[in-house]
Amino acid sequence: MIHPIPPGTRDVLPDEMRELRKLQRALMEVFEGRGYGEVATPSIEYDELMARADGPTRSSYRFFDESGELLALRSDMTVPIARLVASRFAAGEPPFRFSYLASGFRAVRPQSGQMREFLQAGVELIGAAPGEGTVEVIEVLEAALDAAGLGRAVIGLGDADLYRQLLEELGVEGEARDSILISLATHDLVGLEQKLIDAGIGTEQAQTCVRLTQLRGGSEVLEQAHGLGGEAVERATARLSETYEELRRRGIADRVQIDLGLLRELGYYSGAILEVYDPALGHVLGGGGRYDGLMQQFGLDLSAAGFALYLDRVHTAQLEEARRG
Amino acid sequence: MADAPLKLAVPRGALFGETLDLLDAAGIDTSEMRGDSRSLIFEASGMTFVTMRPSDVPTYVEAGAADVGITGKDVLLEQADRVVYELLDLGFGRCRMVLAARTGNDRLGEAQRRLGMMRIATKYPRIAEDYFESTGRRVELIEVKGSVELAPLVGLGDGIVDLVATGRTLEENELEVREEIVDCTARFVANRVAHKLRAAEIDELTAKLREASAR
Repeated sequence: MIHPIPPGTRDVLPDEMRELRKLQRALMEVFEGRGYGEVATPSIEYDELMARADGPTRSSYRFFDESGELLALRSDMTVPIARLVASRFAAGEPPFRFSYLASGFRAVRPQSGQMREFLQAGVELIGAAPGEGTVEVIEVLEAALDAAGLGRAVIGLGDADLYRQLLEELGVEGEARDSILISLATHDLVGLEQKLIDAGIGTEQAQTCVRLTQLRGGSEVLEQAHGLGGEAVERATARLSETYEELRRRGIADRVQIDLGLLRELGYYSGAILEVYDPALGHVLGGGGRYDGLMQQFGLDLSAAGFALYLDRVHTAQLEEARRG
Repeated sequence: MADAPLKLAVPRGALFGETLDLLDAAGIDTSEMRGDSRSLIFEASGMTFVTMRPSDVPTYVEAGAADVGITGKDVLLEQADRVVYELLDLGFGRCRMVLAARTGNDRLGEAQRRLGMMRIATKYPRIAEDYFESTGRRVELIEVKGSVELAPLVGLGDGIVDLVATGRTLEENELEVREEIVDCTARFVANRVAHKLRAAEIDELTAKLREASAR
C-alpha cells in the first residue's frame, strides 16, 4: 500500500545516503580545517526573526505553538547564525567563523519541481574586514568545490548595490525602481529595457543599462563597464576590482567570473554576491555574499559574508561529472 | 568551455516557419529542419537544434536540457515560475491576449454586474488569473485544452481569454474582443547556467539574432 509524502520532500535510501554522507564529510572537513566550527540551531525560530530574511514575499512555513506564539521553520541558516552571534558572542573578539550542515524549509509553487525541504552546507564569516572577508569566503568555497570533485565549477561574483545605486543616480525611485529590480533579478531583459524607458531615462541610457547586465567574464569586464556608466558603476567596479585583484594575488581568480548582471533574490545582501555553477547541471548549486546590513539589524556593527551549497544539487553535479569521466 | 555544441530549442507549430526564416537570416543553415524528416533533433552550423512544442521550451531550457530557446511571450507569462533568462524580443509571431465574448451579447457584462463574478474559459489560467486580479474582478476560470472559442457558444462560461493573431477565428465563431490584455511576440531565452558558462557563444548568437530580427 502506498502512503504518500508531501510534494517537495523525499526519502533517501542507503546507496544515495552513503554518497551524500561522503560528500558531507568532505565539505565539513574543509570547513573545520579552515577554522569554521560547526554549529547547529533549532529548526524552528520565532517568526519575527525569520521575517528579517524573507522580505515581503514570505516563503517560510509558519504556525502557532500551543501558547499562541507565531513560529517559523527556518528558511535558511544565515539569519539563525546572525542571531546566535548577536546573542552569544557580542562581547567576543571577532572574527567569528562558523559552518553548518542543515535543512531549510521554503514554501514553493505547486508542481514547480522545487524542494520544500533542502539540505545546505555552508559557512559564515562575521567580523572580518569587508574585502578580506569576501576573499576568504571565496577561498573556502573553492576548496569546498574541489573537495566535492567539481573541478569545472565556476563562481559568479557580482555586486548587490550596483543597480540600487545606479537607479538612484538616474533618479528612478519608488515603485518603478522596485519593478525594475524584479526584472533584473529574473533577468527579463525585454521587460527591463521597457521599464527603464517608461521610467523616463531615455532609450540610449536604458540600452546602456541592459548592456551592463550582460557583462560577465574576467577582469576585461571591469574595463568594459568603465565605458558604460557613471559613479555607481565606478564604485561597484572599484569594489569588484579590489576583490578580484586579491583573488589573483592568492592564485584563485581563475574560476571566478565577474558578473555585472548578478542579483540574488534574498533581500539582505549588500556589496559582493556569489553564485555557483557547474557545466554539468542547469541549476545554480548555491550562492552567498556579504550581508553587513543584516548584522546591523541584530545590533552588531560587523561586516559579514558567507555561502551555502545545496547538497542535493552538488551531489547531482558530482555524479554527472563522474559520468563524464 | 568547448563542450557539446550549443543546444537551441526550436518551437514547432505557429512559430516554426518564422523561426527558421530568422535563423536563415542569422546565417544558420535550416535546410534539414525544413525537410520532411520526422527527426526531432538536427545538427547544423555547429549547433544542435531540438524541435518541440512552444509550451515545452521553458521546461527544457530551465532544466538545461537546451541551452537557449525560442518561444512566445504568452508561453513565458503562463509559465512565469520557470526560471529562464529572457534575452531578446524577436518581433515576429505577434498576437494579442484578449478577453472575448459573443458578439452583441451582454452575458459577460451581466454576469459581472449581477453576480459579481464571470465564468471564463481559457487555455491560459495563469495569465487570466493575474489579469482579473490586477483589475479587481472575481472570475471562475474553466481550463480547457482545445478550441476555446467553442466554450461560450455552448454555454460553458460567459467569455474566453485567448490568443488572437488576425481575429478571424473569433469572427467566424461570432465572438468579439472586449478587452486587450497583453501583446505577445516570440522571445529568445537562455538557461541561467548556460548564460554564465557559455557567455561568448550565447552573446554571439544573441547579437546575430538581434541583427537578423531588426531587418
